[in-house]
Amino acid sequence: MSATTPVNRRLTSFGTANLIERAPETHPLTWRLNADASPVWLEEYRAKQGYLGAKRALTELTPEEVAAEVKEAGLKGRGGAGFPAGVKWGLTAKGEGIPRGYLLCNADEMEPNTYKDRLLMEQQPHLLLEGMIVAAYANHSYRGYVFLRGEYVDAAKSLRRAVAEAREAGLLGRDIFGSGFDFDIYVHTGAGRYICGEETALINSLEGRRANPRAKPPFPGQSGAWGKPTVVNNVETLCGVSSIILNGVEWYHGLCLPGSEDHGTKMMGFSGKVKNPGLWELPLGITAREVLEEYAGGMRDGCTLKAWQPGGAGTGFLLPEHLDAQMYSGGIGKVGTRMGTALSMAVDDSVSMVSLLRNMEEFFARESCGWCTPCRDGLPWTVKILRALEAGEGEPGDVELLLELTRKLGPGKTYCAHAPGAIEPLGSAIKYFREEFEAGIRTPSTANAPQEPVGSV
Amino acid sequence: MDNSRHLYADLISSDRPAFALSDEEREEIIEEKGHYENPRAASIEALKIVQHHRGWVPDGAIPAIAELLGIPGSDVEGVATFYSQIFRQPVGRHVIRLCDSMTCYINGYEAIRERLKSELGIVPGQTTTDERFTLIPVCCLGNCDKGPTMMVDDDTHSHLDAETLMSVLEAYK
Ligand SMILES: Cc1cc2nc3c(=O)[nH]c(=O)nc-3n(C[C@H](O)[C@H](O)[C@H](O)COP(=O)(O)O)c2cc1C
Ligand code: SF4
Ligand code: FES
Repeated sequence: MSATTPVNRRLTSFGTANLIERAPETHPLTWRLNADASPVWLEEYRAKQGYLGAKRALTELTPEEVAAEVKEAGLKGRGGAGFPAGVKWGLTAKGEGIPRGYLLCNADEMEPNTYKDRLLMEQQPHLLLEGMIVAAYANHSYRGYVFLRGEYVDAAKSLRRAVAEAREAGLLGRDIFGSGFDFDIYVHTGAGRYICGEETALINSLEGRRANPRAKPPFPGQSGAWGKPTVVNNVETLCGVSSIILNGVEWYHGLCLPGSEDHGTKMMGFSGKVKNPGLWELPLGITAREVLEEYAGGMRDGCTLKAWQPGGAGTGFLLPEHLDAQMYSGGIGKVGTRMGTALSMAVDDSVSMVSLLRNMEEFFARESCGWCTPCRDGLPWTVKILRALEAGEGEPGDVELLLELTRKLGPGKTYCAHAPGAIEPLGSAIKYFREEFEAGIRTPSTANAPQEPVGSV
Repeated sequence: MDNSRHLYADLISSDRPAFALSDEEREEIIEEKGHYENPRAASIEALKIVQHHRGWVPDGAIPAIAELLGIPGSDVEGVATFYSQIFRQPVGRHVIRLCDSMTCYINGYEAIRERLKSELGIVPGQTTTDERFTLIPVCCLGNCDKGPTMMVDDDTHSHLDAETLMSVLEAYK
């Protein structure tokens, strides 16, 4: 099955993040990127301050000091849930008599409208490896795995080459920087299920099992992969670590904009029918309006913004009037939803909310792991109702039924956060666009729902 | 109408053809085993290794992998059926993965899907009669700012357009 690959093609992730002006002091995640998206390999990475943060951590700080610096910096998880990384590391079981465990990098990026980890891995694999070395040191991990989604073939190539380069240079393996610390990294590629991104499902998948989430407690930090203490962090979180160690907490605290309670920079995006869809490293606290208008260039001519979603399929819809919200967890929290991954999507006025939600719930229903009943049965039910409403064949009471389902699948009602994520956009879409849903009740319509399968496996 | 059944079909087949892992496959699987705490963890990689060499995972590969890893065949089967990118039926020479998630939906993926269906004469989940293409839907390919998007084998194609779509496929014989 050899592919006819055009030579010299640009990496898929080449885009706006490569093109905006960047500086080491203000763009710790992306200043090293090349304008043509060619990957930053070891020699270039080292020439651009590479591995200096790891060196400082391993040779000048204790693991506890590293965790404390990251905690004080306030680096929050970038995988969508926003849990502070340093706090997580502080809770990991470690020390005398406790076996050294694992550091897992969550690179399963599959949530619709998420395209940030791909760029970081394709173009700057060493930034991730350096962050993993620091995180492993802080958590006493002896082995790291990058859990990479199978479709990211270019990211796999970049990471595998970077791991080989790092091993060759003694940056992975035994006695790194002469510090006595041993650590190695393997790239593990997944086989296609969104649920693998949930951290305990990821652990099951890594162990070679079906990716059903595990009950918590025990938390992975106590007993995770193969029963050992395990830390799971997102790619972007880990990429943010080394600059904190190198430049210090004070510098990090100067990065975000006034009013933001979260620190640092974040990969942010705007997609949909905007003039210049893309991805940019931006300071937390920037308003969604500035991202949309200044970076994404506003809506395309002839398109009017109707709604937007701040950060991935599992976050709620907002209205144009909410665009002045600041992009940080509390800022988006104030307008009623979660920042999620901070890659926003514009919905223009040509899009029917009912059809869009039908498409989204098809995704969530197909990707349910089937472990718990509310999610396994409830999500296909929402799809069925939405298809009927889309075809103008809804029954009276269908909208109330959808709302009831959003309550039954809410936080705490299911085994993992998949179902709550699935109904967050649905509840908010009905809240703001209820008349579009009502309009689908038994009024003849020409729009026919395409009959694609709900579950593909 | 669940078209994808074609790909992830029932595992229980009475007349399993004789199957043996090639030396290359065995070597690669044994190497993978060394990367994990125990052999079970290599089962997904093992399935992908077989798929890489053969395009799909024949039934006979399941007990062969199980034996090599020293775990029950039913466990390997359980894994093989759970993951959507493990193909249990032969696929075409080229696999088209078309993103059907929300941002590509907004950017018009449905027109691309309809064009592929009519040009190739198949629906998602099927293989063309000349065995050139298999079309499968896939969730977000992490290329949402450049959608609609699809992968053909290992290549990602961005900014798909129903008009120029077939010229993209020309390169895949
Ligand atoms: C259904 C589901 C899918 C998820 N997918 C991902 C993912 O693809 N990548 C990711 O980093 N986190 C994902 N998460 C969040 C992880 O469970 C976990 O919170 C995260 O990896 C922790 O890393 P962080 O604290 O660095 O963000 C997902 C969660 C759920 C419930
Ligand atoms: S909520 Fe859904 S995805 Fe999560 S465990 Fe239950 S069935 Fe699986
Ligand atoms: S929604 Fe299609 S690539 Fe993300």
